[in-house]
Amino acid sequence: MSGVRVLVGTRKGAFVLTADGKRDRWDVSGPHFGGWEIYHVKGSPVDPARLYASQSGGWFGQQIQRSDDGGKTWESAGNEFSYDGVPGTHQWYDGTPHPWEFARVWHLEPSLDDPDTVYAGVEDAALFRSVDGGQQWQERAGLRGHASGPSWQPGAGGMCLHTILLDPLNPGRMFAAISAAGAFRTDDSGKTWRPVNHGLKSEGIPDPDAEVGHCVHRLAMHPARPEVLYMQKHWDVMRSDDAGESWHEVSGNLPSDFGFPIDVHPHEPDTIYVVPIKSDSEHYPPDGKLRVYRSRTGGDEWQALTDGLPQRDCYVNVLRDAMAVDSLDSCGVYFGTTGGQVYASADAGDSWAPIVRDLPAVLSVEVQTLP
Amino acid sequence: MIRIVLPAHLRTLARLDGEVELSVDGEVTQRSVLDALEARYPMLRGTIRDRSSQERRAFVRFFACEQDLSHEPPDAPLPAPVAAGAEPFLIVGAMAGG
Repeated sequence: MSGVRVLVGTRKGAFVLTADGKRDRWDVSGPHFGGWEIYHVKGSPVDPARLYASQSGGWFGQQIQRSDDGGKTWESAGNEFSYDGVPGTHQWYDGTPHPWEFARVWHLEPSLDDPDTVYAGVEDAALFRSVDGGQQWQERAGLRGHASGPSWQPGAGGMCLHTILLDPLNPGRMFAAISAAGAFRTDDSGKTWRPVNHGLKSEGIPDPDAEVGHCVHRLAMHPARPEVLYMQKHWDVMRSDDAGESWHEVSGNLPSDFGFPIDVHPHEPDTIYVVPIKSDSEHYPPDGKLRVYRSRTGGDEWQALTDGLPQRDCYVNVLRDAMAVDSLDSCGVYFGTTGGQVYASADAGDSWAPIVRDLPAVLSVEVQTLP
Repeated sequence: MIRIVLPAHLRTLARLDGEVELSVDGEVTQRSVLDALEARYPMLRGTIRDRSSQERRAFVRFFACEQDLSHEPPDAPLPAPVAAGAEPFLIVGAMAGG
Protein backbone atom coordinates (compact mmCIF):
# COMPACT_ATOMS: atom_id res chain seq x y z
CA MET A 1 0.00 0.00 0.00
CA SER A 2 1.28 3.47 -0.79
CA GLY A 3 2.23 5.85 1.97
CA VAL A 4 3.69 9.19 2.81
CA ARG A 5 6.76 10.45 4.61
CA VAL A 6 6.56 13.98 6.01
CA LEU A 7 9.92 15.68 6.59
CA VAL A 8 9.78 18.36 9.26
CA GLY A 9 12.53 20.86 10.03
CA THR A 10 12.29 22.68 13.36
CA ARG A 11 14.26 25.12 15.50
CA LYS A 12 15.63 22.20 17.50
CA GLY A 13 15.92 19.25 15.17
CA ALA A 14 14.33 17.25 12.36
CA PHE A 15 11.41 14.85 12.56
CA VAL A 16 10.21 12.21 10.10
CA LEU A 17 6.48 11.41 10.20
CA THR A 18 5.26 8.36 8.28
CA ALA A 19 1.85 6.89 7.54
CA ASP A 20 0.18 4.58 5.07
CA GLY A 21 -2.10 5.90 2.36
CA LYS A 22 -5.00 6.42 4.78
CA ARG A 23 -2.89 9.00 6.60
CA ASP A 24 -4.69 8.57 9.88
CA ARG A 25 -2.07 6.79 12.02
CA TRP A 26 1.40 8.24 12.21
CA ASP A 27 4.80 7.08 13.31
CA VAL A 28 7.03 9.89 14.58
CA SER A 29 10.82 9.58 14.36
CA GLY A 30 13.14 12.17 15.87
CA PRO A 31 14.48 14.50 16.90
CA HIS A 32 17.32 14.02 14.47
CA PHE A 33 20.17 16.50 15.08
CA GLY A 34 18.55 17.59 18.35
CA GLY A 35 19.39 21.15 19.36
CA TRP A 36 20.27 22.29 15.82
CA GLU A 37 18.14 24.44 13.56
CA ILE A 38 16.93 22.38 10.64
CA TYR A 39 15.84 24.89 8.03
CA HIS A 40 14.86 22.32 5.42
CA VAL A 41 14.75 18.61 4.65
CA LYS A 42 13.87 17.39 1.18
CA GLY A 43 13.99 14.09 -0.73
CA SER A 44 15.09 13.36 -4.27
CA PRO A 45 12.15 12.93 -6.63
CA VAL A 46 14.00 10.15 -8.48
CA ASP A 47 15.31 8.30 -5.40
CA PRO A 48 12.96 8.77 -2.44
CA ALA A 49 15.47 7.15 -0.08
CA ARG A 50 17.91 10.02 -0.73
CA LEU A 51 17.25 12.94 1.60
CA TYR A 52 19.16 16.16 2.17
CA ALA A 53 18.95 18.25 5.32
CA SER A 54 20.25 21.70 6.18
CA GLN A 55 21.52 21.69 9.77
CA SER A 56 22.81 24.92 11.28
CA GLY A 57 23.35 26.79 14.49
CA GLY A 58 24.91 29.89 15.93
CA TRP A 59 27.67 28.03 17.69
CA PHE A 60 29.00 25.60 15.11
CA GLY A 61 27.76 26.89 11.75
CA GLN A 62 26.39 25.01 8.78
CA GLN A 63 26.21 21.29 8.13
CA ILE A 64 24.59 19.40 5.27
CA GLN A 65 23.32 15.95 6.15
CA ARG A 66 22.47 13.22 3.67
CA SER A 67 20.45 10.05 4.12
CA ASP A 68 20.23 7.08 1.75
CA ASP A 69 17.59 5.19 3.68
CA GLY A 70 14.75 7.64 3.97
CA GLY A 71 15.98 9.34 7.12
CA LYS A 72 16.82 6.36 9.32
CA THR A 73 20.55 7.10 9.21
CA TRP A 74 22.46 10.19 8.14
CA GLU A 75 25.97 11.12 7.00
CA SER A 76 27.63 14.52 7.08
CA ALA A 77 28.14 15.92 3.60
CA GLY A 78 30.10 18.99 2.54
CA ASN A 79 29.64 22.33 4.28
CA GLU A 80 31.92 24.67 2.37
CA PHE A 81 29.86 27.43 0.74
CA SER A 82 32.36 29.90 -0.72
CA TYR A 83 31.09 32.69 -2.92
CA ASP A 84 32.56 32.74 -6.38
CA GLY A 85 35.44 35.20 -6.84
CA VAL A 86 35.53 38.43 -4.88
CA PRO A 87 32.04 38.58 -3.37
CA GLY A 88 31.57 42.36 -3.42
CA THR A 89 28.73 44.00 -1.53
CA HIS A 90 24.96 44.29 -1.29
CA GLN A 91 22.98 46.96 0.56
CA TRP A 92 22.72 46.75 4.33
CA TYR A 93 19.58 47.78 6.23
CA ASP A 94 20.85 51.35 6.46
CA GLY A 95 21.61 51.52 2.75
CA THR A 96 25.38 51.22 3.11
CA PRO A 97 27.37 48.61 1.17
CA HIS A 98 27.78 45.37 3.11
CA PRO A 99 30.05 42.46 2.16
CA TRP A 100 28.34 39.27 1.08
CA GLU A 101 28.63 36.82 4.01
CA PHE A 102 27.41 33.24 4.12
CA ALA A 103 25.07 32.61 7.07
CA ARG A 104 23.09 29.42 6.40
CA VAL A 105 21.29 27.24 3.88
CA TRP A 106 17.57 28.00 3.81
CA HIS A 107 16.38 25.65 1.12
CA LEU A 108 17.58 22.48 -0.62
CA GLU A 109 16.12 21.51 -3.99
CA PRO A 110 17.14 18.10 -5.34
CA SER A 111 17.34 17.72 -9.10
CA LEU A 112 14.38 16.25 -10.97
CA ASP A 113 16.52 13.60 -12.67
CA ASP A 114 19.72 12.96 -10.70
CA PRO A 115 19.78 12.15 -6.98
CA ASP A 116 23.37 13.41 -6.65
CA THR A 117 22.55 16.86 -8.00
CA VAL A 118 21.03 19.29 -5.53
CA TYR A 119 20.66 23.07 -5.33
CA ALA A 120 21.00 25.14 -2.18
CA GLY A 121 19.51 28.57 -1.59
CA VAL A 122 21.51 30.42 1.03
CA GLU A 123 21.71 33.59 3.11
CA ASP A 124 23.24 36.00 2.05
CA ALA A 125 21.30 35.33 -1.09
CA ALA A 126 23.07 33.04 -3.53
CA LEU A 127 22.46 29.78 -5.34
CA PHE A 128 24.85 26.85 -4.96
CA ARG A 129 24.85 23.47 -6.70
CA SER A 130 26.37 20.13 -5.85
CA VAL A 131 26.67 17.32 -8.42
CA ASP A 132 28.24 14.77 -6.06
CA GLY A 133 25.56 14.22 -3.47
CA GLY A 134 26.29 17.31 -1.44
CA GLN A 135 30.00 16.77 -0.89
CA GLN A 136 31.17 19.85 -2.79
CA TRP A 137 29.26 23.02 -3.58
CA GLN A 138 29.83 25.54 -6.35
CA GLU A 139 28.07 28.86 -6.57
CA ARG A 140 25.95 29.50 -9.66
CA ALA A 141 27.25 33.03 -9.56
CA GLY A 142 25.21 34.44 -12.42
CA LEU A 143 22.31 35.09 -10.06
CA ARG A 144 24.18 37.08 -7.43
CA GLY A 145 26.23 38.61 -10.20
CA HIS A 146 23.19 40.17 -11.84
CA ALA A 147 23.66 43.92 -12.29
CA SER A 148 21.04 44.57 -9.61
CA GLY A 149 22.90 42.47 -7.01
CA PRO A 150 24.68 45.36 -5.25
CA SER A 151 21.27 46.98 -4.65
CA TRP A 152 19.65 43.96 -3.00
CA GLN A 153 18.71 44.52 0.63
CA PRO A 154 17.78 42.03 3.37
CA GLY A 155 14.28 41.61 4.70
CA ALA A 156 13.65 41.35 8.43
CA GLY A 157 14.64 37.67 8.40
CA GLY A 158 17.88 38.21 6.54
CA MET A 159 18.68 38.27 2.83
CA CYS A 160 17.76 34.72 1.98
CA LEU A 161 17.27 32.77 -1.22
CA HIS A 162 14.33 30.69 -0.03
CA THR A 163 12.59 29.34 -3.13
CA ILE A 164 13.99 27.26 -5.99
CA LEU A 165 11.60 25.91 -8.63
CA LEU A 166 12.85 23.57 -11.36
CA ASP A 167 10.78 23.61 -14.54
CA PRO A 168 10.16 19.98 -15.58
CA LEU A 169 9.05 20.82 -19.13
CA ASN A 170 11.70 23.38 -20.06
CA PRO A 171 15.18 22.03 -19.34
CA GLY A 172 17.44 24.79 -18.15
CA ARG A 173 14.65 26.95 -16.79
CA MET A 174 14.61 27.62 -13.06
CA PHE A 175 13.06 30.20 -10.79
CA ALA A 176 14.50 31.57 -7.57
CA ALA A 177 13.07 34.01 -5.06
CA ILE A 178 14.94 36.23 -2.63
CA SER A 179 13.76 38.34 0.29
CA ALA A 180 13.84 41.20 -0.33
CA ALA A 181 15.01 41.30 -3.95
CA GLY A 182 12.23 39.46 -5.76
CA ALA A 183 11.80 36.65 -8.27
CA PHE A 184 14.41 35.68 -10.86
CA ARG A 185 14.47 33.31 -13.83
CA THR A 186 17.19 31.51 -15.73
CA ASP A 187 16.73 29.75 -19.07
CA ASP A 188 20.29 28.41 -19.31
CA SER A 189 20.58 26.20 -16.21
CA GLY A 190 21.65 29.01 -13.95
CA LYS A 191 24.39 30.69 -15.95
CA THR A 192 22.45 33.92 -16.44
CA TRP A 193 19.43 35.29 -14.61
CA ARG A 194 17.01 38.17 -14.91
CA PRO A 195 14.42 39.61 -12.55
CA VAL A 196 10.81 38.63 -13.31
CA ASN A 197 8.86 41.06 -11.15
CA HIS A 198 6.82 43.10 -13.63
CA GLY A 199 3.39 43.71 -12.16
CA LEU A 200 4.42 43.48 -8.51
CA LYS A 201 3.61 46.54 -6.43
CA SER A 202 5.18 46.96 -3.01
CA GLU A 203 4.21 50.08 -1.10
CA GLY A 204 7.05 49.55 1.37
CA ILE A 205 9.76 50.42 -1.15
CA PRO A 206 10.50 53.82 -2.65
CA ASP A 207 9.44 52.83 -6.19
CA PRO A 208 6.45 50.48 -5.75
CA ASP A 209 6.91 48.81 -9.14
CA ALA A 210 10.71 48.71 -9.22
CA GLU A 211 12.50 45.95 -11.10
CA VAL A 212 13.91 44.53 -7.84
CA GLY A 213 13.37 45.11 -4.12
CA HIS A 214 10.15 43.15 -3.64
CA CYS A 215 9.77 40.93 -0.59
CA VAL A 216 8.62 37.75 -2.28
CA HIS A 217 7.78 35.17 0.38
CA ARG A 218 7.19 32.10 -1.75
CA LEU A 219 6.62 30.85 -5.30
CA ALA A 220 4.75 27.73 -6.41
CA MET A 221 4.03 25.97 -9.69
CA HIS A 222 2.22 22.89 -10.91
CA PRO A 223 4.68 20.63 -12.76
CA ALA A 224 2.26 20.00 -15.63
CA ARG A 225 1.77 23.72 -16.24
CA PRO A 226 5.02 25.40 -15.29
CA GLU A 227 4.32 28.63 -17.13
CA VAL A 228 1.72 29.43 -14.46
CA LEU A 229 3.33 30.65 -11.26
CA TYR A 230 1.75 31.60 -7.97
CA MET A 231 3.35 33.94 -5.45
CA GLN A 232 2.73 34.85 -1.85
CA LYS A 233 4.33 38.26 -1.53
CA HIS A 234 4.82 40.19 1.71
CA TRP A 235 1.43 41.60 0.87
CA ASP A 236 -0.55 40.33 -2.13
CA VAL A 237 -1.13 36.91 -3.60
CA MET A 238 -0.02 37.08 -7.23
CA ARG A 239 -0.28 34.96 -10.36
CA SER A 240 1.72 34.87 -13.59
CA ASP A 241 0.52 33.07 -16.73
CA ASP A 242 3.72 33.65 -18.69
CA ALA A 243 6.54 32.21 -16.57
CA GLY A 244 7.00 35.37 -14.58
CA GLU A 245 7.04 37.89 -17.45
CA SER A 246 4.05 39.64 -15.85
CA TRP A 247 2.07 39.26 -12.64
CA HIS A 248 -1.44 40.16 -11.56
CA GLU A 249 -2.99 40.11 -8.13
CA VAL A 250 -5.39 37.29 -7.15
CA SER A 251 -5.86 38.08 -3.45
CA GLY A 252 -9.62 38.40 -3.99
CA ASN A 253 -11.67 37.84 -0.82
CA LEU A 254 -8.82 36.74 1.49
CA PRO A 255 -9.13 38.21 5.00
CA SER A 256 -5.46 39.20 4.76
CA ASP A 257 -3.29 39.01 1.68
CA PHE A 258 -0.15 38.77 3.83
CA GLY A 259 1.26 35.32 4.45
CA PHE A 260 4.21 33.07 3.83
CA PRO A 261 3.50 29.71 2.14
CA ILE A 262 1.59 29.01 -1.07
CA ASP A 263 1.13 25.61 -2.69
CA VAL A 264 -0.68 23.93 -5.58
CA HIS A 265 -2.93 20.86 -5.58
CA PRO A 266 -1.03 17.97 -7.27
CA HIS A 267 -3.89 17.01 -9.60
CA GLU A 268 -5.70 20.33 -10.08
CA PRO A 269 -3.36 23.09 -11.35
CA ASP A 270 -5.95 25.77 -10.57
CA THR A 271 -6.38 24.72 -6.94
CA ILE A 272 -4.05 26.62 -4.63
CA TYR A 273 -3.62 27.04 -0.88
CA VAL A 274 -2.47 29.93 1.32
CA VAL A 275 -2.55 30.71 5.05
CA PRO A 276 -3.54 34.36 5.63
CA ILE A 277 -1.59 36.05 8.41
CA LYS A 278 -2.04 39.44 10.04
CA SER A 279 0.69 42.04 9.54
CA ASP A 280 2.51 44.48 10.17
CA SER A 281 4.60 42.55 12.60
CA GLU A 282 1.80 40.64 14.36
CA HIS A 283 2.36 37.60 12.15
CA TYR A 284 -0.45 35.48 13.53
CA PRO A 285 -3.80 34.48 12.02
CA PRO A 286 -6.52 37.16 11.81
CA ASP A 287 -9.02 36.96 14.70
CA GLY A 288 -7.08 34.11 16.35
CA LYS A 289 -8.53 31.65 13.81
CA LEU A 290 -6.14 29.36 11.98
CA ARG A 291 -7.58 29.06 8.48
CA VAL A 292 -6.15 27.63 5.29
CA TYR A 293 -7.71 29.28 2.26
CA ARG A 294 -8.23 27.30 -0.94
CA SER A 295 -8.99 28.68 -4.36
CA ARG A 296 -10.24 26.30 -7.04
CA THR A 297 -10.10 29.06 -9.66
CA GLY A 298 -6.39 29.83 -9.61
CA GLY A 299 -6.97 32.75 -7.24
CA ASP A 300 -9.42 35.60 -6.63
CA GLU A 301 -12.17 33.35 -5.17
CA TRP A 302 -11.13 31.83 -1.88
CA GLN A 303 -12.80 29.42 0.54
CA ALA A 304 -11.86 29.17 4.21
CA LEU A 305 -10.93 25.66 5.37
CA THR A 306 -11.46 25.40 9.11
CA ASP A 307 -12.64 21.89 9.98
CA GLY A 308 -10.23 20.56 12.59
CA LEU A 309 -8.18 23.75 12.87
CA PRO A 310 -8.30 25.95 15.99
CA GLN A 311 -10.88 28.72 15.56
CA ARG A 312 -10.17 30.67 18.71
CA ASP A 313 -7.12 31.91 20.62
CA CYS A 314 -4.66 30.72 17.99
CA TYR A 315 -1.64 32.97 17.48
CA VAL A 316 0.91 30.85 15.63
CA ASN A 317 2.56 31.55 12.30
CA VAL A 318 3.13 29.28 9.31
CA LEU A 319 6.50 29.95 7.71
CA ARG A 320 7.25 30.03 3.98
CA ASP A 321 8.67 26.51 3.62
CA ALA A 322 6.20 24.91 6.03
CA MET A 323 3.47 23.69 3.65
CA ALA A 324 3.48 20.73 1.27
CA VAL A 325 1.14 18.48 -0.70
CA ASP A 326 1.38 14.76 -1.43
CA SER A 327 0.26 13.23 -4.73
CA LEU A 328 -2.17 10.61 -3.49
CA ASP A 329 -5.77 10.66 -4.59
CA SER A 330 -7.31 12.40 -2.73
CA CYS A 331 -4.41 14.66 -2.11
CA GLY A 332 -2.91 15.33 1.29
CA VAL A 333 -2.05 18.84 2.44
CA TYR A 334 0.34 19.46 5.34
CA PHE A 335 1.59 22.47 7.22
CA GLY A 336 3.56 23.18 10.36
CA THR A 337 3.32 26.09 12.79
CA THR A 338 5.66 28.10 14.94
CA GLY A 339 3.74 26.58 17.86
CA GLY A 340 5.03 23.12 16.97
CA GLN A 341 1.90 21.61 15.46
CA VAL A 342 1.96 19.75 12.16
CA TYR A 343 -1.52 19.50 10.65
CA ALA A 344 -2.54 17.10 7.91
CA SER A 345 -5.55 16.89 5.67
CA ALA A 346 -6.16 13.68 3.71
CA ASP A 347 -9.05 15.22 1.74
CA ALA A 348 -7.44 18.15 -0.05
CA GLY A 349 -8.05 20.52 2.85
CA ASP A 350 -11.70 19.80 3.69
CA SER A 351 -10.79 18.52 7.14
CA TRP A 352 -7.66 18.63 9.26
CA ALA A 353 -6.09 16.83 12.21
CA PRO A 354 -2.78 17.35 13.96
CA ILE A 355 -0.13 14.69 13.39
CA VAL A 356 1.87 16.12 16.30
CA ARG A 357 1.11 19.06 18.57
CA ASP A 358 4.22 19.84 20.55
CA LEU A 359 7.31 19.94 18.37
CA PRO A 360 9.74 22.87 18.48
CA ALA A 361 8.78 25.74 16.18
CA VAL A 362 8.38 24.33 12.68
CA LEU A 363 10.56 25.87 9.97
CA SER A 364 9.77 23.58 7.05
CA VAL A 365 7.50 20.76 5.94
CA GLU A 366 7.99 18.56 2.90
CA VAL A 367 6.21 15.35 1.97
CA GLN A 368 7.18 12.36 -0.11
CA THR A 369 4.57 10.09 -1.66
CA LEU A 370 5.92 6.54 -1.43
CA PRO A 371 4.99 3.57 -3.61
CA MET B 1 49.22 12.13 22.60
CA ILE B 2 47.17 15.30 22.80
CA ARG B 3 43.85 15.03 24.63
CA ILE B 4 40.91 17.05 23.29
CA VAL B 5 37.50 17.47 24.86
CA LEU B 6 34.75 18.49 22.44
CA PRO B 7 31.33 19.95 23.26
CA ALA B 8 28.43 17.52 23.15
CA HIS B 9 27.06 18.63 19.77
CA LEU B 10 30.42 18.16 18.08
CA ARG B 11 30.91 14.74 19.72
CA THR B 12 27.54 13.75 18.28
CA LEU B 13 28.47 15.13 14.88
CA ALA B 14 31.78 13.25 14.90
CA ARG B 15 30.13 10.15 16.42
CA LEU B 16 32.50 9.74 19.30
CA ASP B 17 32.32 9.35 23.05
CA GLY B 18 34.61 10.92 25.58
CA GLU B 19 37.94 12.53 24.81
CA VAL B 20 39.77 12.48 21.53
CA GLU B 21 43.43 11.49 21.55
CA LEU B 22 45.57 12.70 18.69
CA SER B 23 49.21 12.77 17.78
CA VAL B 24 50.38 16.10 16.43
CA ASP B 25 53.38 16.59 14.21
CA GLY B 26 55.72 19.40 15.25
CA GLU B 27 54.91 22.09 17.74
CA VAL B 28 51.64 21.75 19.65
CA THR B 29 49.59 24.86 18.90
CA GLN B 30 45.91 25.65 18.42
CA ARG B 31 46.43 25.42 14.68
CA SER B 32 48.31 22.12 14.68
CA VAL B 33 45.83 20.54 17.08
CA LEU B 34 42.82 21.71 15.05
CA ASP B 35 44.48 20.63 11.80
CA ALA B 36 44.96 17.14 13.20
CA LEU B 37 41.43 17.06 14.62
CA GLU B 38 39.85 18.10 11.32
CA ALA B 39 41.99 15.64 9.37
CA ARG B 40 40.64 12.77 11.43
CA TYR B 41 37.08 14.11 11.63
CA PRO B 42 36.37 16.03 8.40
CA MET B 43 32.79 16.73 9.46
CA LEU B 44 34.21 19.12 12.07
CA ARG B 45 35.64 21.43 9.40
CA GLY B 46 33.92 24.78 9.69
CA THR B 47 32.39 24.04 13.09
CA ILE B 48 35.23 25.34 15.28
CA ARG B 49 36.90 27.83 12.96
CA ASP B 50 35.87 29.43 9.70
CA ARG B 51 36.73 27.26 6.72
CA SER B 52 38.39 29.98 4.72
CA SER B 53 39.68 32.55 7.23
CA GLN B 54 40.56 29.89 9.86
CA GLU B 55 39.33 32.30 12.54
CA ARG B 56 37.71 30.83 15.66
CA ARG B 57 33.92 30.92 15.46
CA ALA B 58 32.50 33.60 17.72
CA PHE B 59 30.72 31.28 20.17
CA VAL B 60 33.57 28.79 20.51
CA ARG B 61 36.17 29.05 23.26
CA PHE B 62 39.46 27.24 23.94
CA PHE B 63 40.36 26.45 27.55
CA ALA B 64 43.26 24.51 29.08
CA CYS B 65 44.99 24.37 32.45
CA GLU B 66 42.28 26.68 33.87
CA GLN B 67 43.17 29.39 31.35
CA ASP B 68 41.13 30.93 28.54
CA LEU B 69 43.34 30.54 25.47
CA SER B 70 40.69 31.73 23.01
CA HIS B 71 42.47 34.95 22.19
CA GLU B 72 45.97 33.51 21.95
CA PRO B 73 47.55 33.53 18.48
CA PRO B 74 46.81 30.26 16.66
CA ASP B 75 50.50 29.48 16.28
CA ALA B 76 51.41 30.12 19.93
CA PRO B 77 52.56 26.98 21.77
CA LEU B 78 49.90 25.44 23.99
CA PRO B 79 50.79 24.91 27.67
CA ALA B 80 53.32 22.17 28.33
CA PRO B 81 50.83 19.92 30.21
CA VAL B 82 48.62 19.92 27.07
CA ALA B 83 51.56 19.07 24.84
CA ALA B 84 52.54 16.30 27.24
CA GLY B 85 49.01 14.87 27.36
CA ALA B 86 48.68 15.53 31.08
CA GLU B 87 45.88 18.08 30.60
CA PRO B 88 43.18 18.19 27.92
CA PHE B 89 42.60 20.97 25.42
CA LEU B 90 38.98 21.98 25.93
CA ILE B 91 36.87 23.20 23.00
CA VAL B 92 33.80 24.80 24.51
CA GLY B 93 30.53 26.09 23.14
CA ALA B 94 29.87 29.44 24.83
CA MET B 95 26.91 29.59 27.19
CA ALA B 96 24.43 31.62 25.17
CA GLY B 97 21.19 31.37 23.36
CA GLY B 98 17.88 29.68 24.06
